[in-house]
Amino acid sequence: MPKVKIPRKSTVVDMTAMCDVAFLLLTFFMLATKFKPDEPVVVKTPSSISDIPQPDANVMLITVDENGRLFFSIDNQGKREEMINSINASRGLDLTPEEIAKFKYGSSIGVPFNELKSYLAATPGQQKQMDKTVSGIPLDSSSANTANEFAVWVNEARYVNPSLRIFIKADSKTAYPVIKNILSTFAGLSIYRFNLLTDLEAIPQGTAAYEASTAKK
Amino acid sequence: MAEMDVSDKGGHKKGPGVKKAKKGSTRVDMTPMVDLGFLLITFFMFTTTMSKPKSMEINMPFKDPNQQVKNQQLKESCALTVLLGSHHRVYYYTGIPTETAPPTIKTTYFKPNGGIRDIIIAKMKEVAQRKASGELGAKDNVAVLIKATPNSTYKDMVDMLDEMNINEVPVFAIVDISPVELEFLAVPEADATKP
Repeated sequence: MPKVKIPRKSTVVDMTAMCDVAFLLLTFFMLATKFKPDEPVVVKTPSSISDIPQPDANVMLITVDENGRLFFSIDNQGKREEMINSINASRGLDLTPEEIAKFKYGSSIGVPFNELKSYLAATPGQQKQMDKTVSGIPLDSSSANTANEFAVWVNEARYVNPSLRIFIKADSKTAYPVIKNILSTFAGLSIYRFNLLTDLEAIPQGTAAYEASTAKK
Repeated sequence: MAEMDVSDKGGHKKGPGVKKAKKGSTRVDMTPMVDLGFLLITFFMFTTTMSKPKSMEINMPFKDPNQQVKNQQLKESCALTVLLGSHHRVYYYTGIPTETAPPTIKTTYFKPNGGIRDIIIAKMKEVAQRKASGELGAKDNVAVLIKATPNSTYKDMVDMLDEMNINEVPVFAIVDISPVELEFLAVPEADATKP
C-alpha cells in the first residue's frame, strides 16, 4: 500500500498572552487587597445597617467569642512592644526578649497574666491550638477591681497610644452580662466612645433611615 | 514570534575540519509560568480581603462622678422603655412607672412587621402629632430606654441599637435594669420558649 502522509499541524499554543493576563490579575490582587488579620477565634458578628468602615490604623480590637472569652489586640508593632514592656515591668512577668518579640509580631492575646509567659513561649502553631481552650482575659464588672485584667490592658494600650479607637467584635450569641461588664469597665476608665463591629445589612424599606438615604441621593 | 529554523537540511558537507555549533530553538514554553501565575493568584484570592469590616458607633453618656447626676426632664408621654428578654423577646411599656402605678408590659419580637419596629414608629408618629398640635414643646423628643436582662444576648442589644438608627430615634440610652422590673418580667419569661 502506498504510504499516505497525513498532514499534521503544530499543536503548540503560544502561552505568552495567558501569562500576561495572569500576572496582571496577580498585580491587582497584590496592590488592592490586604491580608486577612489573624483571628484567635471564629466570631460571627450580628448585622446592622451601620456602614462606617473600620480604619486602618490606631485600632484596639476586643474579640469576644460566644462563651464570653475575651481576646485583646492593638495594631502597630512599635506600640505593641511599648505596651508589653510596660506590662512586663509593672506586673513583674519576667518575659525574655524572645517572648517580647513574639508578642510584638503576634495578634490577639486571650490569657490571664499568670499564663502569659507560657503562652508567649509557645510556637505560633501551638498558640493557635491554645487559643481554642484558653480562658480569655479576666473581666469584672468594675475597673477598680484588681481581678479585672482587661482594665489593665485597656489602660496600658491607651497610655502608649492615646489616639486608639476601640472596636468590639463579639459573637451574636454572647450573653449580655459579658458585654455589660465590658461597658461598665469602660465607664470606670472614662471611655465613652467606642464601636461595635457588625456585618452590613441593607436598610429596610419604608423606615425613616431609608427615607433619609434615598433623600440624599 | 519569529522562529529561526536552524535545523540541518540535507546534511550537505561543509569544508573539512569546520565544526558548526548547533543552535537551539529560541522559543520558550510558557506553560509552567502560567501555572505559577495562577497559583499565586489563588493564594492571594484566599488570604486577602478587599472590604474592611463595618462598625457601629456607640456614644455612652458622659458621667462625671463629681457632678451630681442631672435628671433630664423626661416627659412621661415621650418615654418608651424596652426590656430585652431571653429567646430574642422584647418587652416594652410606655411612660415612667411609679410605686403605685405598675406598668403594663407587652411582649413582642424583632420581626420587621408587627414587631418592635412598628411600636417605635407608632410612638414617633404620636409624639410628632402632639408636637404639631402644640401639646408638647419643640425640645420634647421620643426617648427610648433600653434595659437588658441577663438572659438576653449581644445580638438583641445590637438589633435594638440598630432599630434606633433605622427609625432615627433622637434620644436613647442603655440603662441598667432594676430588680423591680426583673420581678415584673418573671412571669412572662417563665413560659418563654423558642418561638
